[in-house]
Amino acid sequence: MNIVLIQIVLIVVVIAVAAQLFRFRGERSQALRRIGLVLFAAIAVISILFPAVWNRVATLVGVGRGTDVVLYALVVAFLSFAGTTYIRFREMEANYTRLARRISLDEAHRPSSRSDENPA
Amino acid sequence: MSYDDVWVVVPLYNESSVIGDVVRGVRGTFEHVACVDDGSTDGSAAAARAAGAVVVQHPVNLGQGAALQTGFEYALSVPSMRWVVTFDADGQHQVSDALAMLEMADTDGLDVVFGSRFLDDRTEAGFLKGLVLKTAVGYTNLTTGTRLTDAHNGLRVMSREVVSRLDITQNRMAHASELVHQVGKLDVRYAESPVHILYTDYSRSKGQSLWNAVNILADLILR
Repeated sequence: MNIVLIQIVLIVVVIAVAAQLFRFRGERSQALRRIGLVLFAAIAVISILFPAVWNRVATLVGVGRGTDVVLYALVVAFLSFAGTTYIRFREMEANYTRLARRISLDEAHRPSSRSDENPA
Repeated sequence: MSYDDVWVVVPLYNESSVIGDVVRGVRGTFEHVACVDDGSTDGSAAAARAAGAVVVQHPVNLGQGAALQTGFEYALSVPSMRWVVTFDADGQHQVSDALAMLEMADTDGLDVVFGSRFLDDRTEAGFLKGLVLKTAVGYTNLTTGTRLTDAHNGLRVMSREVVSRLDITQNRMAHASELVHQVGKLDVRYAESPVHILYTDYSRSKGQSLWNAVNILADLILR
């Protein structure tokens, strides 16, 4: 097996991205995400080293070519990424709103509340 | 009647040219006005305060729904408050309508009175705007089990009891439907009252674009 330069580059990128994503904090859902991430990275490395694997998978599930399987998997992965990102964004926004509201109400109740300097 | 137990909550965002007159107009009848300044950058807060309103300032812009919820929580912190009136900052609403709605709540024993611009023909909404609003209220009725004619009207009267049980989490425009939805789930009596929305050139230039209908729908579906 002769490793091509592009394969080395891709493997490095996959590992770097996986390592970065690993830093997210959280609980069980985060743990599951991490397991999925490790699997994803492993599959990515395997498919970089043995691209022909996808052709075998393709014939197994009845899709024309290996690249098509990868494309479909990518679509599903992207949609689930968009979905989870949306939910997490909404949660973050809700927390941020509660925090800002707390500040507003605390300031409103103080006798000499904030003046009207506008941070333009 | 002094309306000492009524708090008028006004979400405020960059309306410095009109907010002073709006607050003064409201204070001609209702003493207590709470403007929730949603991170305005044009001195709206100072204008509202100069006109005699209590100003609660969001440190950043969060959206009208968030401003309403902040206003509710502020009003709830006043023990003597019995009624909250929500009122727009841009001068579209009439104080006389708010008065009629309070009277209606009082005489009919209602907890919530929603303003509706479609109950009489005083309001001149354009065809397209009317269509969008009708679609919005149709969707709201369909998903919340309410029977309203105008769900996206900023003029409302609500009792303390109802306000204390609301929790608006839709920061942006979908809050109106969310509010109807939450009221619909409570076991309270509500009704609609005709109001006159005054579309001035100013309010038209500031008014939400029709594209917003798409955003509202998306927010509601992805709730």
